[in-house]
Order: sequence, then structure tokens, then C-alpha cells
Amino acid sequence: MVNKILKRVYTALIYIFLYAPIVILIVFSFNESKSRGSFTGFTLKWYSMLFNDRQIMRSMYYTLLVAVIASCVSTFLGTLAAIGIHNMNKRQKKILLNITYLPVLNPDIVTAISLMVLFIALNLKLGLFTMIISHITFCLPYVVLSVLPKLKQLNPNTYEAALDLGATPSYALRKVIIPEIMPGIISGALLSFTLSVDDFVISFFTTGSGVSNLSITIYSMARRGIKPEINALSTLLFLTVLILLLLINKITNKESKEMSLIEKTK
Amino acid sequence: MKRKNYAYPYVFWMTIFVVLPLFLVLVYSLTFKNGLKAGITLSNFTRFFEPIYLNVLLRSINLALISTIICLLLGYPIAYIISRTNIKHRNTLILLFLIPMWMNFLLRTYAWMTLLEKNGLINKLLTSLGLSPLNIMYTNGAVVLGMVYNFLPFMVLPIYTVLIKIDKSLIEAANDLGANKFKTFLKVTLPLSLPGVISGITMVFMPSVTTFVISRLLGGGQFTLIGNLIEQQFINVGDWNFGSAISIVMMLIILISMSIMNRFDKDKEGVNLW
Repeated sequence: MVNKILKRVYTALIYIFLYAPIVILIVFSFNESKSRGSFTGFTLKWYSMLFNDRQIMRSMYYTLLVAVIASCVSTFLGTLAAIGIHNMNKRQKKILLNITYLPVLNPDIVTAISLMVLFIALNLKLGLFTMIISHITFCLPYVVLSVLPKLKQLNPNTYEAALDLGATPSYALRKVIIPEIMPGIISGALLSFTLSVDDFVISFFTTGSGVSNLSITIYSMARRGIKPEINALSTLLFLTVLILLLLINKITNKESKEMSLIEKTK
Repeated sequence: MKRKNYAYPYVFWMTIFVVLPLFLVLVYSLTFKNGLKAGITLSNFTRFFEPIYLNVLLRSINLALISTIICLLLGYPIAYIISRTNIKHRNTLILLFLIPMWMNFLLRTYAWMTLLEKNGLINKLLTSLGLSPLNIMYTNGAVVLGMVYNFLPFMVLPIYTVLIKIDKSLIEAANDLGANKFKTFLKVTLPLSLPGVISGITMVFMPSVTTFVISRLLGGGQFTLIGNLIEQQFINVGDWNFGSAISIVMMLIILISMSIMNRFDKDKEGVNLW
């Protein structure tokens, strides 16, 4: 009995630790006064200021633009790559897998500065283009790594059966292989999108003046002190995430849900 | 199936944007340029072993270790408790653990700035209780707190995943054979959950060692970690050669410790999570 109460209290404390900072941001996003010491009255002015803040709105636009392009390109290239790697001999496969793991295991900051060094060596102007290339680069391995296991599970006979029944190789690829590995492709795409939206370190080093994503904007604002608009932004982002996750939770079945949640842990 | 050539664009991309950049960093770390003179040198690496820089490395490892240990001590019990609740509640509890992780990493760190700063909520609370305010912001403690807060889920999830996969009949067998609850945990559950613990440790330690955001925002200027040192060399100082040397050292530390951890983790459980 005591044991049970102890467990409950401990669980509650951990969840309070996790949520207290977020709840406080949300509460203070409605606070009249700019200081966070005390709550002086209810207001929505920070929300209207947020939507009129051109810097934040621009970085929101860049975040989404980069994430959409990076996840589309890396999903396409990564899926092709996974099919190719799957059909390689053991030695080639091993070399490519090691290269694939390199950016996954390497510290973000090393990937970031190495890309920056490359872009400057190639005389490319740091900006939107270099940021998109960098995002594709760090997303690609995750797509390859989520599609490959699905290809391994594939029964090779189904593809051969399709060929025997008169399908051309490309038709069989589209109608047999792609649908079978679709769950892997989708989780790779989602993973790329979220990684790209959340990225700070790599964007910070590979973008130039004028182009910043949400993370960079928050970083530079936070260094200059605290702005109540950020509280409003946090609230909106938190609600978006919450609603999306609850929807996904409803739609997917239990098993695949646990899979995708775990994959998010990078 | 002859579809090997599907991987060629990928090979091309990874060669140019992963292998070549790392090679360039290596070249920078091994060369120097002083006015017109340029050449090959190891001095960038030997410079890193000067006490002032070595201390930065030691401080980074030290803070990351402390954070990892705290995450393990806080995370294992909660993972265990969640894994022992019934399925319906279990999924909700794990989902609740994940939601903060989907928030932007910088916003989560920023949230702590609000709480910890001099006129922040914690100090307001303390003064209203008649206690003297604390100076938490811009200390090592604040940095560790930021790391624990951001990386705790990385410890809990792999441990939880391993715990729910443990065959219940093994635990029943231990009980039948006369082991009490504590002994069952020590001799059955704990050893079986070690792969999860190991990948949890890796997943918390690695980002903690290499972070420069948490130390920048919560640690202020004076608590430089190795990540900040690299950032400084590239952004402020402009000494790319030295910055590259530090990056190479950091990369080696991470890759070597990953391979050591991998050796412990025999059935590769959860390694691909990171």
C-alpha cells in the first residue's frame, strides 16, 4: 500500500517536472505585464504581436519551406538508395551502411561545421540554398534506415511472381515493392520532417544573414532576454503538437504507434 | 533484381556532402596558415592539450556524466513503474512523456530561463515564503538541469521498451523458485533490461557532451563547454584550423565511446534508436 502511494507520488513528481515549464510558459503568454514575476491580468496582446512580428513570421515560413523540400527530396532519394543498397553485394552494402551511420552518430556540431567549411570552400553563399542542402543531408540517412528493414522483410517471391505474370520490372516495382515498403517510406518522411523542423545546430552554421528558421530566431531572442511573444508562440506550437499527436494516436494501431514514437527518440 | 544503380545518386550525395566535408575538416586540422606561410602541422592538436582547453573538455565530460547519472537514477524507476501499469494507462503515460519532446528544443530550454532567472518564478516563490532567493541561473547546476530536462526521455524510452518485452513467465519462475521481489528484480529484471540502460546512457551522454545551446542559454558566457569552444573558433575567432582539430577530437571521442557501448549491447537492442 505504502509502496503504491510512493509510486504514484514519484510518477506525479516526474510529470510535474516535465510539464511545469511548459504550463508556466502557457500561463504567462496571457499575462498583461511583460515581467514573468507575477500575473497582473489577462490579455491576448502577445498573440496579436506575434502575428504582426515579421521576423517570427518569416522564420516560420522558412522553417516550413525547408522542412517540406528537405523531407520530399530526402524521402525520394533515400527510398531509391535503400532499394539500391538492398540489391548490393555484402561488401558494398557494408561500406554504404557505414557512410549512412556517419552523420547519424556524428555530433550535430561536427556535421554542421564540416558542411559550412565545404560551402565556403565551394564559394557558395550561405543562405536558403545551403540550408536546404544541409537538411537533406542529415535527413537522408534516416530515410534509408527506416526503409531498409522493410525491404529485408519483403518476400522476394512476390516480385518474381509479378514478373512471371508478365509485369515489367518497373511495373512490378511500383505495384509490388513500393506498396509493401510504404510504412517505412512514410515513417522516414515523417522523421525527416520533424528533424528538419526541430533542427537548430546545423541550420545555425549553414545559413546566412537574412534567412533563419524558428530555432535560430528563438535562440537569438532568448540570448537578448525574454520576449512574451515567445510564450505565445510556445503555446501555439504546443497545442499543435498535442492535437497532432492525439490524432495520430487515434488513427494508428498500437503496434505501429509504439514503433513511430520510438523512432522519434533521435 | 538489378537495381544497384538506384543507390548511385545517394552515393554521390553522401560523398560530396558527408565524406568530403569531413575530409576538409581533417585537412584543416592538420594544416596551418600564417600570413603567406602554410604547411602541415600537428600543433592544432597539441594546442588542444594545453590546460585551458583540456579543462573545457574535462568540464564537458564531467557535466555530461553527472547529467547521465541523474537521468538514469530518475529515469529507470519511472520506466519501471510505467512498464508495470496496465496497457491502457501505459500507452497514455508514455505518450505524455513524448509530448514535451516534440516541442522545439530551444523553447524547452527557454522555458527554464523563465523559471530560473533572478526575478524568475522560483525565486519569487522562495522570497514569498520568506526564503532568500537562489542564484541558479548561469551556474553548472542550471546547465545540468537543462540537460536532464531535455534528455530524460532518451533514457526512459529505451529502458521502457526493453522492460515491456521481458517475458513475464521468467519473473513468475523466479517467484516460484522462492526469490522475493527485490531479488527477482536484481537477478532477473535488471540484467535483462541492461541493453536498454546502455542505449539510454549513450543517448543521453552523447548529446550532453556535444551541446552548446544549453550551456549558452542557461550557463551564460563563463561556462564554456567543448561545443561552445568549437562554435567560438568558427564564428568569433575565425581559427578554423584549431576549431577543426577540436571537432576531430570530439568526433573520435563520440565514435570510440559508441563502439565501446555497442560491444556491451550484444543484441543491438535500441542502438538504431539514436
